Amino acid sequence: MNAQTHIKEAGSKTREMSYAEAIRDAMAIALERDPTVVLMGEDIGTYGGAFQVTGDLVDRFGKDRVMDTPISELGGAGVAVGAALTGLKPIYEFQFSDFAALAMEQIVNQAAKLRYMLGGEAAVPVVFRMPSGSGTGAAAQHSQSFEAWFGHVPGLKVVQPSTPAEAKGMLLAALEDPDPVIVFEHKLLYKMKGEVPEGYYTTPIGKAAVVRVGKDVTIVASAIMVHRALEAASKLAAEGIEAEVIDLRTVRPLDRETIIASVKKTGKLLCVYEGVRTLGVGAEISALVAESEAFDYLDAPIQRLGGAEAPIPYNPDLERAAVPQSPDIESVARKLAKGEV
Amino acid sequence: MARDAQENLPFAIRHFSPEALKEALRKMHLIRLFEEGAEESYMRGLIHGTMHLSIGQEASAVATCMELTDADKITSTHRGHGHCIAKGADVGRMFAEFFGKETGYCHGRGGSMHIADVKTGNLGANGIVGGGLPIAVGAGLTAKRLGRDDVTVCFFGDGANNEGAFHEALNMASIWKLPVIFVCENNKYGMSTAAAYATAVPNISDRAAAYSMPGVTVDGNDFSAVAEALHIAIARARAGEGPSLVENLTYRWRGHSKSDRNRYRTKDEIEDWMSRDPIQRFRAELIAHGVLDEAGAEAVEAAAKDAVAQGIEFAKAGPAPAITDVTKFVHAEAAA
Ligand SMILES: Cc1ncc(C[n+]2csc(CCOP(=O)(O)OP(=O)(O)O)c2C)c(N)n1
Ligand SMILES: [Mg+2]
Repeated sequence: MNAQTHIKEAGSKTREMSYAEAIRDAMAIALERDPTVVLMGEDIGTYGGAFQVTGDLVDRFGKDRVMDTPISELGGAGVAVGAALTGLKPIYEFQFSDFAALAMEQIVNQAAKLRYMLGGEAAVPVVFRMPSGSGTGAAAQHSQSFEAWFGHVPGLKVVQPSTPAEAKGMLLAALEDPDPVIVFEHKLLYKMKGEVPEGYYTTPIGKAAVVRVGKDVTIVASAIMVHRALEAASKLAAEGIEAEVIDLRTVRPLDRETIIASVKKTGKLLCVYEGVRTLGVGAEISALVAESEAFDYLDAPIQRLGGAEAPIPYNPDLERAAVPQSPDIESVARKLAKGEV
Repeated sequence: MARDAQENLPFAIRHFSPEALKEALRKMHLIRLFEEGAEESYMRGLIHGTMHLSIGQEASAVATCMELTDADKITSTHRGHGHCIAKGADVGRMFAEFFGKETGYCHGRGGSMHIADVKTGNLGANGIVGGGLPIAVGAGLTAKRLGRDDVTVCFFGDGANNEGAFHEALNMASIWKLPVIFVCENNKYGMSTAAAYATAVPNISDRAAAYSMPGVTVDGNDFSAVAEALHIAIARARAGEGPSLVENLTYRWRGHSKSDRNRYRTKDEIEDWMSRDPIQRFRAELIAHGVLDEAGAEAVEAAAKDAVAQGIEFAKAGPAPAITDVTKFVHAEAAA
């Protein structure tokens, strides 16, 4: 993928890493470069994190910089906010993004608003890492996709890297950012491998990436959905339908330009996201296109594929049915391209 | 028996009928065997997801629920299979839930972390650490407002006592004198994090003082000690005197979940606890006091084995939920 195009200060060499390893690499680089960086979270030390993302960092950087917190999400997130407000750069890991619900107060009422409420005199450069999404059989309280929730809050930035290279670059960008950033890491991507540039670089927040060029239909997807969309696109290509796939990467702020330019070219838009369909990220993308000059270029109604209007169920077949899968994307994109919608 | 001799007997032996004690032993075996069956099903790829096994904590679950009726409530945790069985659930429907079947307690929607038999007073296992604490207080409020004498037992772990919800819940239960018994199953760790590191007080029962309620720490692998502590707390709750906090010291033999590599504790520590098996301990106690003999104990265990084997067969035979029903149960069904 073209993470390369957004790389700043990147070493020329790359190395194959998993998504989880790439995030760990970013954290190790940050801990080395900046003594104010601290990692906080439940079982991120000896255990290595619920998804083994922090791994051996505690052995390398010690318990003072890789801090196990008690099971206290509201307090832990709040301590990170207070530390960020006063000179540290904490990366707080939630074991599952679902548990951020316990910390909404500190994220939404405090972190997101402090700079504004204090008239620009204060800053909260905190990063919240949130393993997210379904597909692991963990059911309703461990599988949610909260991008739209946090995307609704001015003051927050919300990113969803979809590849190892993006995961590393966006985490480093989040740390450079002077404001709070939420990083959603899709659990099904942790083991995914990819080429990752060595050393320090950032992948900019607020820039989507065109990961497949096409002329017939635009598919805007995020996180794991990028991969499902690419799979669908390659099937469609065999039928002569060329889908353009955009990796959204950032939910807030949205990259209007990239989306609008693509829709002007293809005249057709399909939004694919894992969060609940209603009032989700796709609604915002649809609206921004409908409100823009791209509206005149639309040849078909905008389509959305999102999560079912239900909690994520446990039964594996129900769970699969609850979020968009590659064949769903293929089928809607095909209909759009053929003018059957 | 002379009164003095009586008083030297363990509480459970004095207090419960031989039938009740045998049933308690059966439930403890049932829990162990359910967990082993669950683990094996997972290894054989019959289920996906994760699970939190309560092997080693059977005495705590069963003794805590000993005096509860179906009208009494419990709130449970992610490590909830034992609580569910102790409260009276059928292992067949539990396995069915585990296998994601329509015949499961949650119709395949909940899985391991949410298995609960609401009809026997189980208000739910919980995927959220500490999630059940305020809910238990709400159940206590209902009982009090409606003038019922049922009580609610709130199970939670040592890890959960550091959630804000724990502190808010205990405070409210206390100021409103609600019939709630907070039962902390302190198995020394919340995932990899030692209670001794994460909690500012040596005993979790010490927290009770901050909320003006009695707090007691007992050997959670001693059936009788747990049953006695609960007996006192339940009597207090039913008498309208308010909540109590009971801390059962115990140990989970298995890893936290299927992804645990046990790097935070030693093999010696695990083996030491395993050598003090709460089931064998209770069984020996029952035999020593003549409640049953070896053959009787074998028969109890064999009955539990049968129930588990039948349960697994029941579960396998059940139908899967229909894919088209993915949004069923989100809201109440509209009346026809
Ligand atoms: C709010 C919340 N935070 C974190 C978790 C992840 N988690 C599940 S169980 C657990 C440990 C709980 O420890 P404890 O309360 O002692 O119960 P135990 O597992 O020892 O039975 C953790 C951290 C969760 N499920 N919910
Ligand atoms: Mg524990």
